[in-house]
Amino acid sequence: MEWTSYLPPLLEGAWVTVQLAVYSTVLGAVFAFAAGIGKLSHNRLISGISVVYIEVFRGTSLLVQLFWLYFALPVAGQIIGIDLRLPPVVAGILALALNIGAYGAEVVRGAIQAVSRSQREAARALNFTPRQTLRWILIPQALPEMMPTFGNLAIQNLKDTALVSLISLGDLAFRAEQIRNFTQDSTTIYTIVLFMYFGMALVLTAMMKLLERSVGRWRTAGT
Amino acid sequence: MSDPIIKFDKVVKRFGNFTVLNELDFEVGTGEKVTIIGPSGSGKSTVLRILMTLENINEGVVYVGGEPLWHERKNGALIPASEAHLRKMREQLGMVFQQFNLFPHMTVRRNLTEAPVRVLGLSKSEARNRADELLEMVGLTDQADKFPNQLSGGQQQRVGIARALAMRPKVMLFDEPTSALDPELVGEVLNVIRRLATEHDLTMLLVTHEMQFARQVSDRVCFFDKGRIVEQGVPDQLFTNPREERTREFLKAVLESEA
Ligand SMILES: Nc1ncnc2c1ncn2[C@@H]1O[C@H](COP(=O)(O)OP(=O)(O)O)[C@@H](O)[C@H]1O
Ligand SMILES: [Mg+2]
Repeated sequence: MEWTSYLPPLLEGAWVTVQLAVYSTVLGAVFAFAAGIGKLSHNRLISGISVVYIEVFRGTSLLVQLFWLYFALPVAGQIIGIDLRLPPVVAGILALALNIGAYGAEVVRGAIQAVSRSQREAARALNFTPRQTLRWILIPQALPEMMPTFGNLAIQNLKDTALVSLISLGDLAFRAEQIRNFTQDSTTIYTIVLFMYFGMALVLTAMMKLLERSVGRWRTAGT
Repeated sequence: MSDPIIKFDKVVKRFGNFTVLNELDFEVGTGEKVTIIGPSGSGKSTVLRILMTLENINEGVVYVGGEPLWHERKNGALIPASEAHLRKMREQLGMVFQQFNLFPHMTVRRNLTEAPVRVLGLSKSEARNRADELLEMVGLTDQADKFPNQLSGGQQQRVGIARALAMRPKVMLFDEPTSALDPELVGEVLNVIRRLATEHDLTMLLVTHEMQFARQVSDRVCFFDKGRIVEQGVPDQLFTNPREERTREFLKAVLESEA
C-alpha cells in the first residue's frame, strides 16, 4: 500500500484531534479562571469547591479521570436513576478540560496574586469595587504572566488528546492504531503521525505567541 | 479655623505590637493646605493611608466632613464601618502615591477615564472631556495615547495627580509625590501641585521633604515624630523659629543633607 493512502484516514483523525484540543483548551481555560478566581474568593463555599476541584484533578491521572467519566459515571448515574452516559467525544473533551483547568487554575490564581499590592491600593483609592478591580485592573495585568504557562499547558493538552483514543474516539492516535492493525506498517504510519502531532504543536505554539503578544502589548510599548 | 474637614480624635494605629500613631489629635480645615514633615518612619504615610481607607485604625475616631470614616453611627453608638460606608466616604478623597501607581496596561487617557466611567457612571464622552481638560492642566495633552511606561517619572506623577482629580475629590492626599523622581523632574510636579494649591479651594494634605516648597504653598506645617505632632504652625514661624528642639534638629539635618 502507498503511504499516501494512509493520509485521508489520518487527516480525518487529525481533524478530530484538533477539535478535541481546541474545545478542551477553551473549556479548560474557563474552568481555570473559574477555579483560580474561586480559590481567591472570600466566600468559603466557593473557595472550598475550587480547592477540592483543583486538588482532585491535579492529584489523579487523566486516564483515571477519563475512565471515570466514561465508564464509572453512567453506573453511578444508574444507581441514583439519572442517565449520565456521555458520548465519547463529550467525555473526552470534559476530561481533558477538567484536567487542564485544574492546572490552569493555579496559574490564574498565582498570576492574579502576583499583581502588586500598590495596584490594588490605587484601585481602592479610586473607589473601584473588588469585582471591578479584579476585572479591569488585576486580570488584564495578570494575563500576560499566565500566557507562557498556558501555552505549555495547551501543548501538553494536545499531546494528552491521544489518550482519548482509549475510549474509541476516532482521533489521530486511534486512526493510526487502526491502520497499523490492518497493514502492520508501523514505521511509516507512526512517522507520519509524529510529524502531524509536531505540526499541530507548531501551529499551536505560534497561536499562543500571538495571543501572548496581543494581551501584553502595553508591556512592550515604547521599548 | 472653619469646621475641620478632617479630624483625628485620639487615633491609635498599631502594626502588631508596634504603635505607629499614639492617640493622635489632628485637624485640617476645609480648603486648608497642610504639609506634614518628619523623619522616615514617623507615621506620615500612615495618616494619609488611614484617610484613604487603605489602613484601618485600632482606637479613636477619624472624621471626614463631620462623618466618622472608619465607623458608622448606629443608635447613637459608633460601630465599625461597612464597605458601603467606606465607599461613600472615599468619594471625598483622592490620593497621589509616591510610586505613582498608574495602571500600566491602560493608556494615559484611559487611566483618567476608567474610574469616572465605572465608578461615577460618567458617559465615555463626559469622562473623556474631563480627562482632556485635566491633561491640559498638567501639560500632558500630547501624551494622552501613550502607556505609562513610555513617560518620564515626572510625567507619570502628573498623570497620577490628574487621575485622582478626575474623581473630583474634596480632599487631596499627596504622599511624598516627588520622592521617587530624579531631581531634574521634581520641579514640573511641584509646579502642578502649586497651581492646584493656589487656584483651587481643594483641601490638601501633603507629605514632603521639599521644605522650600512646603513653605511656599502651605497654610500650616506639622512636624511629626514617632506618631505624634511635635510642633505645628504657619510655615514662616516653624521653619525660621521652631519652638521645639526636636524640630530644630530635624530641619537642620534636612537642610544639611540638601546642601
Ligand atoms: N503594613 C505595615 N506593617 C508593619 N509595619 C508598618 C506597616 N506600614 C508601616 N509600618 C511601620 O510604621 C511606621 C510608620 O510608617 P509610615 O507611616 O510609612 O512612616 P513615614 O511615612 O513617616 O515614613 C514605620 O516604622 C513602618 O515600618
Ligand atoms: Mg512614607
